[in-house]
Amino acid sequence: MNLLGHYHDERSFKNMDDTVHKNEFEEDTQKDKYLTFRIENEFYGIDIKYVIEIIGIQPISEIPQLPEYIKGIINLRGKIIPVMDVRLRFEKEPREYNDRTCVIVAEIKDISVGLIVDGVSEVISIPESDIVDPPEMSRDKNRFIRGIGKAQSGVKLILDCDKLLNDRETKSLSNIQ
Amino acid sequence: MSNQFLNDTIIEAYITEASQLVEKLEFLILGSEDTNSYTTEAINEIFRIVHTIKGSSAMMEYNDISTLAHSIEDLFYFIREDKPSLIDYKEISDLILEAIDFIKVEVEKVKKGQEVDGKCDSIIEKSKILLMKLKNANPKSNAIKDRTETKSLTSKPIIQETIRVKVDKLDKLMDLVEEMVIVEAMVTHSPDLKGLEINNFLKASRHLHKITSELQDSVMSLRMVPISIVFRKMNRIVHDMSKKLDKKVQLKLIGEDTEVDKNIIEHISDPLMHLVRNCIDHGIEDPEGRKAASKDEVGTVTLEAKNEGNYVIVRVEDDGAGLDKQKILEKAEESGILNTDPSKMSDKEISNLIFQPGFSTNKEITEFSGRGVGMDVVIKNIEEIGGSVVVDSVKNKGCTFTIKIPLTLAIIDGMNIKVGNSHYTIPVTCIKEFFRPQSSDIIIGVDGKEMIMLRKKCYPIIRIHRLYNIKTNIEKLTEGVIILVEQDGKSICLFVDELLGQQQIVVKPLPNYIKRMNTAKGIAECTLLGDGSISLILSISELIE
Repeated sequence: MNLLGHYHDERSFKNMDDTVHKNEFEEDTQKDKYLTFRIENEFYGIDIKYVIEIIGIQPISEIPQLPEYIKGIINLRGKIIPVMDVRLRFEKEPREYNDRTCVIVAEIKDISVGLIVDGVSEVISIPESDIVDPPEMSRDKNRFIRGIGKAQSGVKLILDCDKLLNDRETKSLSNIQ
Repeated sequence: MSNQFLNDTIIEAYITEASQLVEKLEFLILGSEDTNSYTTEAINEIFRIVHTIKGSSAMMEYNDISTLAHSIEDLFYFIREDKPSLIDYKEISDLILEAIDFIKVEVEKVKKGQEVDGKCDSIIEKSKILLMKLKNANPKSNAIKDRTETKSLTSKPIIQETIRVKVDKLDKLMDLVEEMVIVEAMVTHSPDLKGLEINNFLKASRHLHKITSELQDSVMSLRMVPISIVFRKMNRIVHDMSKKLDKKVQLKLIGEDTEVDKNIIEHISDPLMHLVRNCIDHGIEDPEGRKAASKDEVGTVTLEAKNEGNYVIVRVEDDGAGLDKQKILEKAEESGILNTDPSKMSDKEISNLIFQPGFSTNKEITEFSGRGVGMDVVIKNIEEIGGSVVVDSVKNKGCTFTIKIPLTLAIIDGMNIKVGNSHYTIPVTCIKEFFRPQSSDIIIGVDGKEMIMLRKKCYPIIRIHRLYNIKTNIEKLTEGVIILVEQDGKSICLFVDELLGQQQIVVKPLPNYIKRMNTAKGIAECTLLGDGSISLILSISELIE
């Protein structure tokens, strides 16, 4: 499977079984670039500056009494990283993990998190002018979207990473006192 | 780019040098004030220190600091050369302490990258006036040829042959050693080796283990610094507070050579300062009060540090009035933190109420105490490094705070256990024994809680699989393993599926992101097992609650 097709010359990468690393390059060329991934039939985009690497799904150690969308923690070459099932975060039906399931390792404001998604697509450029505000409803999964991006290959829902990590509306949390 | 790096290095060197020199100077001045004399050694050293500060600051273009240092240098030049006999030690002390405070503040500004713009004209003026007074009181003919040498004040050098190393290089080294311990376990406990006859391999891996352990110890010791760095800061606090509150207090230091990890030093400094302040503010009585209690007019605050097994014990003791049990109970009641019947509480339990948030017996808020935020900040800081604090007090005799801090947070001996498909680890030091229970030993208490009888004693049983909602096939107590654990004198029994074996583990904290959401009791850390999987470390003290 060919990921990140456009960027052969700027980044080096291997196939999906290995990890994909970002090369160092100037801040400016990261602007307006998004890694797109798929949940069910919808495509989402995450700002590339947050993406550290992409790995295949690996064994997860569960931690009791966490919100159900936080599956637990994984061992990434010695570093302990929490993983979030983005499907569950968006309150969709859970699906079994298979060999196409990917974990996007992201770092947002010093917090490292693995995002479990159905599949990863490509890195594309979406200039700010092509991103419109999301519809008014701020309930459910829409609160995690900061904008709707228009790309040649179709509409991409641009993630608000901060909210994705930190928004804690009580729906899926059962706080046992 | 390299210019910036060079600049930073120079600034860092200046900050380190200035801070160290200023600490030394403070120590010398306070000492001289106590003995009311300046030994030749002290004068020379003070002169050298101030001279160096003058030069370094001038080079960095911190001209105010430099001019200030210069004026002090003039003062001590006179003292050194003319050897005056009539010296007002207290006045000089006050002046120099003021200068020290100014320099400390300016150096802080350098550290934070702020403008070094403080003005010290008034201090310089005072210094010039003092020098004039000295000259007037001691015209040339009064010079005394030989000075009576009192006890040498110059501090014995804390560090001998040294090399300056950046702390992050040490941190990197520690990280690598930790990873090595993990990988060593991965190699020597590799599942590939199961069932093989590999005696030579085992011999070699034992040897490897011996070397890695030694390497570990060596690297840990790199980060160890003597606690005297923190203890010595207390001199100034005792000095200032006793002056302000009109009490006579002396500081006694025991075991200041005891070495602790640098990280511990940083976390213990503030709590110690607060405790010492408390001793002087609340504990030590004023001179009349002490005379009335037939005590020495001068109160004593003792700071002691010593190594005990895997812990460092730091004691802060005063010979003052001790804690007022009645007042504590009243305040606890007032602040709404009294949850049990006072008559059922031991003296120790009552004393330890002072650590609850929001507690303070000071009627007014003074500059030093009374806001009730001090004690629980002390506890927080100490808990952050895995330590604990207890207080013990005898009315009219005094009060002792004992802080216990584990030396090595990172690597401990752990017993790996399995519950369902999840792996957990229990620190070996907490385990008293483990066994497969007989159904005859199991009792159901009045409230339905399961307990087990062991040698005439009854212990509650905590089923780990129920506590953490883990699916497991082993539900009958007689099919699993009971582990008797103990922490802080209390014991309970944990029920798990099976024991996997003992291993030296590297303690890793859970990611903050998880810690913030995690409401499960007893889990704050984890470790990586030989096969790369993660095991959660059970915090026995939390489970016992």
